[in-house]
Formats: sequence, structure tokens, C-alpha cells
Amino acid sequence: MDFGLSPDQRAMQASIAGVLERVAPLERVRAFAESGEPVADDVWRALTDMGVSGILVDEANGGLGLGLLDAALMAETIGAHAAPSPFLGAAVLAPLALRIGSSPGQQAAWLPKLAAGEIIAGAALNEALAGGRDSGGVRAEGGRLDGETLFALDATGADILIVADQAGGLHLAETSGLEITPLATIDATRRFAKVRFERTSAEALAGGCLERLRNAAYIMLAADMLGASQTMLDKAVAYAKERQQFGRPIGAFQAVKHMCAEMAAELEPCRALVWYAAHAFDAAPAEAAVCAAHAKAHLSEVSRFIARTATEVHGGMGFTDLLGLHFWFKRVGVDRQLLGGPEQVRDHAARLQGLAA
Amino acid sequence: MDLAYGPRYEAFREEVRAFLAAHKGRFPPDTGATREQTLAWQALLIDHGYAARTLPRAYGGFGAEPDILESRIIAEEFTAARAPRAMSGQGIAMLVPTLLELGTEAQKQQWIAPTLRGEVVWCQGYSEPGAGSDLASLSTSAVEDGEDFIINGQKIWTSTAAQADMIFCLVRTEPDAPKHAGISYLLFSMKTPGVEVRPLKTMTGRAEFNEVFFTDVRVPKTQMVGARGEGWRVANATLGHERGMLGDPNAAEARLAELIDLMRGERLAGAALIDQPVLRDRLMRLQARVLAMKSNGLRVLTSQIAGESPGLPALIVKLQGCEINHQIAALAIDALGELGVLYGGSPHLRAHGAWQWRYMFDLGLIIGGGTAQIQKNIIAERGLGLPREAR
Repeated sequence: MDFGLSPDQRAMQASIAGVLERVAPLERVRAFAESGEPVADDVWRALTDMGVSGILVDEANGGLGLGLLDAALMAETIGAHAAPSPFLGAAVLAPLALRIGSSPGQQAAWLPKLAAGEIIAGAALNEALAGGRDSGGVRAEGGRLDGETLFALDATGADILIVADQAGGLHLAETSGLEITPLATIDATRRFAKVRFERTSAEALAGGCLERLRNAAYIMLAADMLGASQTMLDKAVAYAKERQQFGRPIGAFQAVKHMCAEMAAELEPCRALVWYAAHAFDAAPAEAAVCAAHAKAHLSEVSRFIARTATEVHGGMGFTDLLGLHFWFKRVGVDRQLLGGPEQVRDHAARLQGLAA
Repeated sequence: MDLAYGPRYEAFREEVRAFLAAHKGRFPPDTGATREQTLAWQALLIDHGYAARTLPRAYGGFGAEPDILESRIIAEEFTAARAPRAMSGQGIAMLVPTLLELGTEAQKQQWIAPTLRGEVVWCQGYSEPGAGSDLASLSTSAVEDGEDFIINGQKIWTSTAAQADMIFCLVRTEPDAPKHAGISYLLFSMKTPGVEVRPLKTMTGRAEFNEVFFTDVRVPKTQMVGARGEGWRVANATLGHERGMLGDPNAAEARLAELIDLMRGERLAGAALIDQPVLRDRLMRLQARVLAMKSNGLRVLTSQIAGESPGLPALIVKLQGCEINHQIAALAIDALGELGVLYGGSPHLRAHGAWQWRYMFDLGLIIGGGTAQIQKNIIAERGLGLPREAR
């Protein structure tokens, strides 16, 4: 019985954190946010050099062959730095879709390139997982895709896309010739896009893996919120120790101290929840889907509370652009809505258990 | 990450199961067991190492090495078999560990074995009307008189006082010393002349607690645990044991399962309560919180097995666990609507009014055993390193 991280996992997480501190400090995050760069190539290259792009690719195809918990630890670390990177699409969703749903030939064609960081993959799953809004909805017929998808993940700068059609089928499409329009959100640390398909040829992936991708995406978004929330809490605690008013650190006042305690009390169990959900994804299939949904929905609630409370602990400074706390605030704000907000995800959790018609 | 217990522990689990299977049908009843039945069951459990497992044989225990997973397996299997657990109570949970650590050999010999067997029941004399969160300001006095102390004062929130044979009690022996340095820890009989127990009725309508009054109660000096003026340190050796008992995530999980059954089974205007989207959403929110606390419990357990201090994950358990329990009860009440506010006997009452009682009693648990606000101070100061409150 060991519910914890291995020494290897801790070491890997620490070394990724070290790399991100170097290549994605606040100034770099800000520069990305204020530019139109489709991908932060320097950041992604540094992560790729650490093997991040191949974390879920099997060793035969040039990856590290690790599990979803390892990927969640990386997502957490990336969230902690609000780092721009196409991690979710390129390192998680595309490799998983290919591993679960494609032939050895397709795998050999794409996985080594993904692992090496030679190509970037995005994922367009929004309508199939969360329902269509406005023009969103992709139809598949005879190996061709038609229609539009909104909020495609990591699609700007992507070479290939994993696309879910309205019926839940999955496809792999190359992006050359596709119309990909950036969608600016409140979170400028990541790129989202609208993608238009017109008689676009695509390779079909085996059916039935969309739900696995849903679970993985929920867990990765939860891990991103976990890392971002921990950063906001750490910054709030550090500020409460340092900022003096009325002749003492504001953290000595119970009103401020209790805000920090409430954040910690809410966040600490979230870490165990994300670990458990990620572990269940690989080791406990019967529980995996419910755990993934709860991780996404619960982290959405807790991270909203922390984003707001940590900002308040910082007082007026927390509200400024200069401090930069807003990058994390906005990041969790977007994580919350991506692929369905918490009410929708909880409804999904209830359905999975036969508690909703 | 490996949630399997491994072959050695699975073999132990089989042993526990075999014991429970062999005694099924002979468990003492949940309610209304006679004292004789209860004591016989406790004796049987000690014999097999399912009670007093890690306490030394010399003092009436089973004498096994401490092993957190074995304890957990015993708890899991007893729960699954709906078998009555080993006696707990404040004597076993708090006094026995205190005596083992700080008692004299004579005190250990005299008290531990009969306490473990359930023959001597204890209550805890800590809180006073004027000393709640600031427990060290307690004022019950113990004045030296020859070979005895004479005790005067009042204790409150004394949960088992009416049934208790003995009390372990904090008293002020050095009125002129700084508040933490003037306290001593005494053991005495609840039948000593001058001890009076009055039931304390709470908002639930029941008296789950008592007040205990001391008027010129004479206690021999030899009944002190630790040195004179050291009582605060003696008490703190065991306060941690109490906080660990409150907020157990497995208890919350069992409550949640009851709530799910309730919401599936009960109907309003012909439709199951679970089909009301707003109620179902609240249920799912709570299920996520319970799952998070259960996972957190596994993390704490892993630290304990490794002999590490679990830190923040353990510090938050009382605050979060009691809050979640209260919210589970509150949702049950809301789901039941008007039926949820019936109290007392009615043919319309569900679960004998258990949800109504919990809804109120759980608020008491948020306050008791270190209030939510004191818990937040502890989390902030010990867990996050924020500056201490001016005291």
C-alpha cells in the first residue's frame, strides 16, 4: 500500500519545474500573452528535450512509455508556471488517441515524430464532449470531414489534429490547407482556435476511444488547475508574510490568516484526488470515469475560490496587471469551462453511476 | 503508487474474516447489549488481537507490533461484517496512551488493564465554562491539604460523565504560575464525595454531554500523572488522538451512500428525489469532496506507514471532514423537505430522525474538539508558517 509519488516521479517533477523556471518565467509568459506567437517554440523545445512530448508514447515508438499519473504531474507543473505549451494536445490527447485507436502502421507513422517533438498535434473534441454552440459541429462521411469546431486545443501551430465528429467518431487530419482562426480567450497563456473543415480528408481512428480521451482531458485540466491554484496559494501566503500594515504582517491578522487556511484546506485534498483519478485511469478502469469527472468538476470549484481569494489577499496589487497573478486567475477560469463546466461534468458523473436519466 | 496491500496483509485479512465468520450470529446487539455481553466481546477481541492490539501484554494488551495497515484491515473487515468494534471511549483512546507514555509503573499496573477490558470507564475533565478554545486558562482549583488535594470548580462537555467510574482531569495547582505552567493532571473516582454530574441538554433535545461540579473533592496526591505543574504537557500528549477521531473520511463515505439510497428511494409528486437536477448536482459536489478526502486519507496513511509527519494533509482533516458531514446531513434534510423537519415520533419520519439529529449534532462537532476557527489557526500557523496570533 503506497499512495504517493515514487522518488523518480518526484525527481522528474522537480526537474521539469526547474526547466520551466528557467524558460518560462513570468516575463516569458507575459511576452507570449502579448504576442501572436502560435506556439512558444523555446518553451516547447525545452520540454521536448526533457522527454515531455513522449511521456505517453511507448518506448518502441521513441517515447518514455509512462502512465497518466506521470502526465498529470507534468500538467500540474505546467499549470503552476502558467506556461505556454501545446502539452495537452501534443503530449497527451494525440498520443493516447493513436495508442488506443490506431493501427500499428498509423502509430509508426506519427508517434515517433510526436515523441521527438518534430510535429505538434492539437485536439478538436469540444462539440463531441461538451455539445455544440454557434456554428460548432463536425460531420464525417466517407473519410472526409465537414463543418466547424470551436475551442480546438493547441491547434494554432499544429501539424495534425485529432478531431471528434458529432457522432463520437475520431479522426486524424493534417492541418495543411485547413482554415485555423485563433480564438482569443481571457487566458492568453494558451492558444485556442476555430477550425473549419471542407471535404477535408482524414484517417479514421478506431471507435470507442473518445470516452478515454474525455477522461484523460478532464484529469489533465484538473491537474493544470491544481498547479495553478497551488501557485496562487503560495504567492498569497508569501505576500501575507511580507506585506506590513498596522505595524505587522497582514498574515498575523486572523481575517487574512483564515483566508489562507481555507484555501489550503480546500486545495490539499485536491492533490490526492488528482493523483487518485490519474492512477485509476491506468489501474482501476471501473472507477476511472467517475473519478476523472469529479477531479475536473471539483478542481473547477476549488480553483475558482482560490483564484478569487488569493487575489483578495494581495489587496489592490492582486488586481494589477504588473503583479501577473491574473495569468493564473484566467488560466483556471478557462480550464473550468473547457470541455464542459462543472455543472455539466457533474451531470456526466451522475449519468455514469445511473443516478440520472 | 500501488494501492494493493500485498500477500502478507491479504493473509491477515483472511484471518480476520475467518474470525468474524466463526462468530457471526454471536455478536452483541448494536443497541441494548448488556454489560456482560459487551465485556465478554471485548475480552474475546483482546484475546485475538482485534482490540488493544499494540498495547503491551504486561498491561493487558495483545502485544503486537504497531502496524497501521493491520489496524486498517481490522477496521475494514469489522465494518463490512457489521460486527461491533472494539471499545473505544476516552479512557482507551486518550488515557491509556498517556499513562503508557507518562504514568508511573504503579499507575500503569492499576489502570491500563481494567480500562482496556472495559471494566473501568473514564471521562475527560478538560473544558470549563470559562476555558474553551483557551483551555489553558482553566480555573478548577486543587489546593494542597496534607497528603491530598482539595478540588473545587466545574467542567463542561464531559460526554460520558454519567456512565464513568473515573475522570482524568486538568486542575490548577499553582495559581501564581504562568497559565500553562500551573496545571496538573489528576485521576479520581466519579464516586468521590463532592462530585456531581448534571446532564447538559443540547439543541438536539438530547443530553449528549454533561456538566460536572466539584465541591471540596478530596484526591490523594499519588493520583497525579506527571509532575505538579506539568499537566498541560501531559494533556497535549493525547489531544492529537482526539482530533484524529473526528472527520474520518470512511464515515463520510458511508453517510453519503445512505444519502444516495435516500434520494433514490424517496419520491416527491411521484418523481424520485434524485431526478431533481439541483439536488443531484449538490449530491455530486459532495461526492467529489468525499472522494477527495478519502484519497487524502490514503495519502496520510502512506506518510504514517513511512514514519513521516503527514503535515498539511492531516491538519485539514478535522475541519474538512466535519464540514462535509454537516453538508451531507443538510442535503438530506433539504431533499426530504417538510419530512426533513419532523422530529420526535411520527409515522412520516424517515430513518428514525437520524438526519435531523445529525444535522444538529454535526454542528456541535464543527465546534467541539477544537473549533473550526482554531483549526484554521493551526492550518495557517503550523501548515503554512504564517505568524502566530498575538496571545
